[in-house]
Amino acid sequence: MTQASLGESVVQKTIHATQAQNNGVAASATQTQPLWLLAEVTYRCPLHCAFCYNPTDYDKHTQNELTTEQWIQALRDARKLGAIQLGISGGEPLLRDDIEEIVVEAKKLGYYSNLITSGVGLTEKRIQAFKDGGLDHIQLSMHDITEEINNFITNTKTFELKKKVAAMIKGHGYPMVLNVVIHRYNIGHMKEILEMADALGAEYIELANTQYYGWSLVNRSQLMPTKEQVDEAERITNEFREKSGSKMKIFFVVPDYFSDRPKKCMNGWGEVFMIVTANGDVLPCHSARVLPNMQFPNVKDTDLGWSWKDSPAFNKYRGDSWMKEPCRTCSEKENDLGGCRCQSFLLTGDAEAADPVCSKSPHHHLIEQAILDSRNPAIAAQPIVFRNDKNSKKIIAGELNDRVDEFHALP
Amino acid sequence: MMDNQIQNEDIYTLAPHHRFQWEEAQSSYVILFPEGMVKLHGGAGEVIKRLDGKATVGDVVADLKATFPDAENIEKDIIGMYELALSKTWIRKV
Ligand code: SF4
Ligand code: SF4
Repeated sequence: MTQASLGESVVQKTIHATQAQNNGVAASATQTQPLWLLAEVTYRCPLHCAFCYNPTDYDKHTQNELTTEQWIQALRDARKLGAIQLGISGGEPLLRDDIEEIVVEAKKLGYYSNLITSGVGLTEKRIQAFKDGGLDHIQLSMHDITEEINNFITNTKTFELKKKVAAMIKGHGYPMVLNVVIHRYNIGHMKEILEMADALGAEYIELANTQYYGWSLVNRSQLMPTKEQVDEAERITNEFREKSGSKMKIFFVVPDYFSDRPKKCMNGWGEVFMIVTANGDVLPCHSARVLPNMQFPNVKDTDLGWSWKDSPAFNKYRGDSWMKEPCRTCSEKENDLGGCRCQSFLLTGDAEAADPVCSKSPHHHLIEQAILDSRNPAIAAQPIVFRNDKNSKKIIAGELNDRVDEFHALP
Repeated sequence: MMDNQIQNEDIYTLAPHHRFQWEEAQSSYVILFPEGMVKLHGGAGEVIKRLDGKATVGDVVADLKATFPDAENIEKDIIGMYELALSKTWIRKV
């Protein structure tokens, strides 16, 4: 062992960290590993969140879910590829009655497993089984702290239950990890949200400003707060961090629409994350199926190793060789890799265009217009399209075209 | 800053809800926690591996010196590793 190998050689590899990139080369050549496996085990959900990022046509995928055995096989195969963090999400994963079995297998395989839930369907019996089975943590989505707003935005009466579930999670010795999606209807309550999280004994809270995909894109004009509200929310968050002396780690995820550079989506296409959807599609990001002319592999008929390392879909946007101007010659391209392919396509119709969030993008006016629209009383007064089976069926049938036809694919 | 001073007689252990394990696919030790993971290179992993809630900083230094007799002046690096791990809240004082 050399000196340098002791102290200075720590590599921080969180989802925010940068990594060497692949430049369109197959992962089989570069050894890139899907460290994070997200299992979207079902699209069924008892809640109807207006900001849900699930695909609006999810109703197509509620009848063809993978079986327990198929999930277990996928877990095994991904583990062999180097996956180590496992997120079990949905929809509401607790609507499946085999999460207990999946958790046991995850433990056996050495995953660090995380159940991402709204808490609906969590019982003493189930949480005890998760604990015994070796589930490492539970992330609870809290939609807001005021009951009226919570019920309004998720369109169901679940807030009391959230409080009970939070106590249950804590009671079983789990770290309390809260996720709160921030939007126009709760951004005025940041202080209360933080105080509540602290009172519940939260170790981590993620304040995630709404990103506009899936249902939240359809409801963009209704959900988007103003820039002033976002700044104020961030100020309150910083103030809370400094003053409270609370041990709670607070992550404030800034909304990209109000930034002049895009986010480095998924930490790079096919770099760290691999998503397996309810019906077995293997994706580099949640909404990748909106992209045109892409054939995503499915665990039912292709090997996961091939999907990650060699499938044309995963290699398509690895690295930066696919870029066009202004990204291709941009000095900042390593920072954001040109942003999000899905956002580019949905808004501009060109998946290889710079993310329109970027002020250097020739399409940046689309973002400015969206911000203006959200402040236009006539547009903002359109009803919210809640995420539910009925609306999903309507969207598939083309009955809500007036709400989606400005986008280049169904969100 | 006061609590971050690493003393020879202090005892550290992995912070709650953190897991430390060897990863064959990465050929390295990793620390796993709710919002992320850290890949540790050999030396750093050797330090964390020895935090069993009983060994003092002094014990760990002595053990590493004995295990790697050829490494010169590693004490400073070991303390640096403790400081980093503490500042990232991967470990806590017993
Ligand atoms: S965002 Fe809401 S509706 Fe969508 S999956 Fe989560 S809990 Fe269900
Ligand atoms: S031009 Fe492209 S690469 Fe440069 S900052 Fe904008 S999105 Fe990123």
